[in-house]
Amino acid sequence: MSALLALILRDVRLAVRVGGGALMGALFFLIVVVMVPFAIGPDLKLLARIGPAILWLGALLASLLALDRLFATDYEDGSLDLLMTSGMPLELAVAAKAIAHWLTTCLPLVIVTPLLGLMLNIELNAMGVLVLTLAAGTPALTFIGLIGAALSVALRRGGLLLAVLVLPLTVPVLIFGVAAANAAIVGPAPFGPPFTILCALSLASLVLGPIAAAAALRHGLE
Amino acid sequence: MAMIDLANPSRFLTFVNRVLPWLAAATLTLFAVGLYRTMGAPDDYQQGATVKIMYLHVPAAWLGMMGWGLMSVAALGTLVWRHPLADVAGKAAAPIGAAFTFICLVTGSLWGRPTWGTYWVWDARLTSMLVLLLLYLGVMALYWTAEDPGRGSRAAAVLALVGAVNLPIIKFSVDWWNTLHQPASIFRMGGSAIAPSILWPLLIMAGAFTLLFFTLHLAAMRNEILRRRVRSMRIMQAQEIAEAGA
Repeated sequence: MSALLALILRDVRLAVRVGGGALMGALFFLIVVVMVPFAIGPDLKLLARIGPAILWLGALLASLLALDRLFATDYEDGSLDLLMTSGMPLELAVAAKAIAHWLTTCLPLVIVTPLLGLMLNIELNAMGVLVLTLAAGTPALTFIGLIGAALSVALRRGGLLLAVLVLPLTVPVLIFGVAAANAAIVGPAPFGPPFTILCALSLASLVLGPIAAAAALRHGLE
Repeated sequence: MAMIDLANPSRFLTFVNRVLPWLAAATLTLFAVGLYRTMGAPDDYQQGATVKIMYLHVPAAWLGMMGWGLMSVAALGTLVWRHPLADVAGKAAAPIGAAFTFICLVTGSLWGRPTWGTYWVWDARLTSMLVLLLLYLGVMALYWTAEDPGRGSRAAAVLALVGAVNLPIIKFSVDWWNTLHQPASIFRMGGSAIAPSILWPLLIMAGAFTLLFFTLHLAAMRNEILRRRVRSMRIMQAQEIAEAGA
C-alpha cells in the first residue's frame, strides 16, 4: 500500500513541479469552453440548455490531452522498466499512475467547472450537481484512457491514434454524464438512474482499465 | 488431417487453397437460393417492398458483431498462446467485420427513410452499432501504425477484448432502452415472432452471408500470411545486401 501511495505521490509531484504541466488540462478546458459561445453566438438560453454537454465535451477532450504523456515520459527515462520489474503487481502500479493522472488533470477540471458554468448561464443551485457528475464520471475517462495510453506507448505512437482508440470507448460515459447533468438542471427525467449508471461505469473501468493497460504494456514492451 | 495440424501456417495455406473454391461455390449457391426465396417472400402489408432490405440488413448486422466476436477469440489466442495464426485471423477479420457493420448501417439508414421517415436517429441500437464501426476503424488504425506486425497484433488483441464489452450492449440495447429500433424478434424466449414465409429466406440469406464472411476471411488470412512472408523475405534480402556491402 505504501508503494502505491509513494507512486501516486511521485507522479503528482512530477506533474505539479516545473515542466510537469498539471494545469495545462484545466487551461485547455477553459479555452475550449470559452470558444463555444463564439462559435454558436451569445444566446444565453441556448447556452444554458447545452451547457452541460459543452462542459462534458470539454472535460473529455482535456482529459485526453495529457494522456499520451502518461507512460511516455516514464518509458523514455526507463522508470517504466523499473516499475515492470519491481515486485509490485503491474496492474496496481498502472492504477496508481492513473489515480495520479486524475488528481493532476481531471480534478482541476472539476474545480474550475463552477466558474465556467457561470459563463454558460447555468443556474447556481444546479452547479453542485453538475460538479458532482463530473467528479463521478471523469475517473471513468481516465481509466479508459489508461488503456489507450498503454497501447500507444507500446506502439510508440501517441497523439491522434490515442484519440481514435479511446473516444469510441468513452461514448457511454458521455451519454450518461450529460444525461445526469441535464436531468438535474433542465430535466423532467429523474437524476438517479443516469447518475448511478455513471458511477457504475467509473467503478467498472477502475477494474477493467488497469488490467487491460497492464496486459498491453506486458505484451507490448519486451 | 487433424485440427491441430492447421496450426502450422504452411499446412493452413494448403488447407485454404483446397477448401476455398468449394466454400466460394457453396456461398454462391446459397446466395442464389436465398435471393430467389427473397424474391418470392411476401411484401409487408405496411412497408411494401422495402421490407426486403431486411434480408441484407439483418445478416450484415449479425456478421458485423460476429466479426468482433471472432477477433476477441483470436485475441485470446494471440495473448495466451502467442499463436501467429491467431494474429493473422484477428487482423484479417477487422476490415471484413467493419465492411459488414458499414453495410448494416447503410442499409438500415436506407430502410429507415421510408419507414421511420429519417435516415438516422440517435437510438441506442444505431448508436452502439456506430460505436462498433468506430472501434473497428480504431483497430484497423492500430494495425496500420504498428511497424512490427507482432507488436501491432498484441496491442490490437487487448483492444479487441476491451471492445467486446460493446457486443452485449448492442444485443440488449433494444431491451434496455425502449426506442425506435424494433426489439429482438428472431431469437427470443417463446420462439420467433416472424412468419415462416419471411423467416426461412432470412435464415438462408444469413447462412449465405456467413459463408461469404468465412470465404473472405480465409482468403484474407491467406493473403496476410503471404504478405508477412514477403515482408520477412525482403528483410532477409536487405540484410544479405547489407552484409555483402560490408
